Amino acid sequence: MTSLRYAEALNRALREEMTRDPMVWLFGEDIATYGGVFKVTKDLLGEFGPGRVRDTPISEQTLTAMAVTAAMAGTRPVLEIMYADFLPLSIDALVNQAGVFDYIWGGQVSIPMVLRTQGGGGAGAGAQHSKSLDAFVAHIPGLKVVAPATPADAYGLLKAAIRDPNPVIVLEHKLLYNLRGEVPEDGGLIEIGRARTAREGRDVSIFATSRMVHLSLEAAEKLAAEGIEAEVIDLRSLRPLDVGAIVASVAKTHHAVVVNEGWRFCGYGAELSATIMEQAFDDLDAPVERVGAMDVAIPYSEPLEKTVLPDVEAIMAAVRRARR
Amino acid sequence: MAERATAQKRGRTRSSAATTSSPKKNSAPDLATLSRDEELKAYRDMLLIRRFEEKAGQLYGMGLIGGFCHLYIGQEAVVVGMQMCVKDGVDQVITGYRDHGHMLATGMDPKGVMAELTGRAGGYSKGKGGSMHMFSREKQFFGGHGIVGAQVSLGTGLAFANKYRGQDTVTLAYFGDGAANQGQVYESFNMAELWKLPVIYIIENNKYAMGTAVNRASAQTDFSKRGLSFAIPGEQVDGMDVRAVKAAGERAVKWCREGNGPYILEMQTYRYRGHSMSDPAKYRSKDEVQKMRTDHDPIEQVRLRLIENEWAGEDDLKAIDKDVRAIVAESADFATVDPEPDVAELWTDILK
Ligand SMILES: Cc1ncc(C[n+]2csc(CCOP(=O)(O)OP(=O)(O)O)c2C)c(N)n1
Ligand SMILES: [Mg+2]
Repeated sequence: MTSLRYAEALNRALREEMTRDPMVWLFGEDIATYGGVFKVTKDLLGEFGPGRVRDTPISEQTLTAMAVTAAMAGTRPVLEIMYADFLPLSIDALVNQAGVFDYIWGGQVSIPMVLRTQGGGGAGAGAQHSKSLDAFVAHIPGLKVVAPATPADAYGLLKAAIRDPNPVIVLEHKLLYNLRGEVPEDGGLIEIGRARTAREGRDVSIFATSRMVHLSLEAAEKLAAEGIEAEVIDLRSLRPLDVGAIVASVAKTHHAVVVNEGWRFCGYGAELSATIMEQAFDDLDAPVERVGAMDVAIPYSEPLEKTVLPDVEAIMAAVRRARR
Repeated sequence: MAERATAQKRGRTRSSAATTSSPKKNSAPDLATLSRDEELKAYRDMLLIRRFEEKAGQLYGMGLIGGFCHLYIGQEAVVVGMQMCVKDGVDQVITGYRDHGHMLATGMDPKGVMAELTGRAGGYSKGKGGSMHMFSREKQFFGGHGIVGAQVSLGTGLAFANKYRGQDTVTLAYFGDGAANQGQVYESFNMAELWKLPVIYIIENNKYAMGTAVNRASAQTDFSKRGLSFAIPGEQVDGMDVRAVKAAGERAVKWCREGNGPYILEMQTYRYRGHSMSDPAKYRSKDEVQKMRTDHDPIEQVRLRLIENEWAGEDDLKAIDKDVRAIVAESADFATVDPEPDVAELWTDILK
C-alpha cells in the first residue's frame, strides 16, 4: 500500500497503462505542457512524449467524436474533458455514436475509449463550472460510467476503464483530487459494475456516489450517536449498476436513502430510487428518501451554493425521515 | 452579387499590427488620430480597468473573491478602443469570462461589478452569477460566458435579431485565440455572412489559451484569415495601441452599419497575468511578459503621447489616477460591506 492523493492515483493509473500498452494515448486541453488543470496528467508528457500525450485545441465536440473512431480503429484514447459542464458538447458523439455503433452494426465494432472529466460544486466556480451531470451520461445505453470516491478506486477503476473494450466515462470530482488514501501496490483493477460497502450498518442503507460517499460516512458517524447505524454503499459504477448489492443491503436494513450531487429532478437519484422500488419493494419499511442538489443553477455566492448542494445535514435529515 | 464582390475584395486581410512577425510592407500605420479629449478619455477608461483589476486581484488574495477570477490587465486598449467606435447602450457587447474590462468599458457600474465578484446582493447578478456571469440590458452587455466559444454563436443570434427587427445596432462578439478553434465559431461565420448579419467578431489574440501558446493549438495563427473562405473581411490589429484599435473598429462598424455583413478583427494583445488567479503561468518566460509591459503597454503609450503633446502634465495625470483609484476603492468598499444574498433568492429568476 502507498498513500496517494486521488489525483496522483489517477496519474499512476495512466502511467502504468501507457507503459503496458503502447496503443494507450492521452489528449485534451492543457493536459500535456500544463499537466492538466488538476494535475492528473502531470509529468506524463516528459515520460511518453508529445505523440502520446497531446495538448489539443478547444474543440470538445470533435475531440469526442475523434476518440470514438480512433478507438474503433484500434487505439485506446483517453480523452480529458476539463469540466463535466462541457459534456453537453460531447454528448452527440456519446449518445449518437459511441453508445450505438456496436449495436447498430451488429457487434462488429468495439470502442475502447475513455472519457475522463470532473464535476461537482463547492468551489465557487459558478453555474457553468460546478454541475454534476451524471444523469446525462448514465442515461446512455452502450456506455459504462464510473465515479470513484477514493484514491484506490480512482486508480483501479481508471485502469479497468482503459482496458475495457467499451466506451467508459470516468466522472471525477474537483473536491476529491487532494484526498489522500491507501492505494494497493499490486496494480489491481477494480471490476466495473461492483459497489463497495464503505460502512456496515443495520438500520438504514445510504446509497451514495462520488463525493457524496464521504458526506454520507460523516452523516453515518453522527447518526451513530443517535443510535442509528447506517450502512453506506459507494456505488462506484453508475452504469452498469450493482443492483445485487443494493437489494442485499435493503434486505438487511429495510430503509433506503439515495444521495447524488446532481439535480433531483430526472437525476441519478431518481433512477436509484426507482430501481429500489422495483427490485426491493417487499423489503422496504418506508419510502425511499432522495437527496440531491436543489433544482436551480449552481449559484456563485458561497452561502447560496452551500444551500443548493447536498450536505451532511441534508443526508442526516433524510435518514431520520426514512426511519420515522 | 455586387455585395459579395466587395466582400471578396475586402476579404483580403490587412495588417496594422506592430506585434506581428510580418506586417504587410505597404500597409500604412493605420492609426486613428485622437483629439486631446479622446486621448484623455482613453487614458482614464483604460486606467479604470487596470486599477479595478488590480483591486480584484487583491480582494481575491484576501479571500473575498472565490472561484474564478480572470484579469484583463494588458488588454485594455482593445475594449476601450472598440467602445470609442460604437454607441453606448445601443450597440451590443458579448464576451467570455475575461469580462470585467468589457463591463466597465460599456459603462456598467464598478460597484455592481465588484460586488458580483464578492458574491453580494448588490452585484449585477445578485451574487448568483459571479465573475463570469453578469449582464446589463441598460448597457447592452450580454455576458460574461464560461463555455468557451458559446459567446460567438450567441452574439450571432443577437445580430440576427437586430437585423430582423430592422435595427441599426451592431454586435461586438469578443472571443479568445483559444475559443477561435471551436466549431461553432465557423458555423457562426457562415450564417453571419450568408445572412449579412451586423456582427463584428473580435478575436482577442493574447497569445495563450490557458497554458497553450497559439502556435501549439492553431494551424492558422493569422486569425484575421479565419473568415476568408466565407468572404468575411478581416484585419490584424495592434491591440496594444488604442489608435489602431479605433481605426480598425471604425472600418468594421461602418461595414456592418452599411449592411455588408460581418467583419473580423484580430486584436493582437497580451495578458500580463496568469489565465486566472490560480495560474502561476510557468509556460512563458518572465522576460516575454516584461518585454510586452515595457515596450507595448497600452496605457503607457497614451500617457507618453499626452505628455509629449503637452495635452496633460504629470499633475493632471496624477489627478486622473487619484480619481480612478477613488472609484475603485468605493467599489471595493461596497463589495465588502454589501450583504450576501438572502437564501430566498435561490428560488427567484428560474422561469418567467
Ligand atoms: C467549452 C469549454 N472548454 C474549455 C474550457 C476551459 N477553458 C476556459 S478558458 C480556456 C482558454 C481560452 O483561451 P482564449 O480563448 O485564448 O481566451 P483567454 O483566456 O486567453 O482570454 C479554456 C480551455 C471552457 N471554459 N469551456
Ligand atoms: Mg487567449
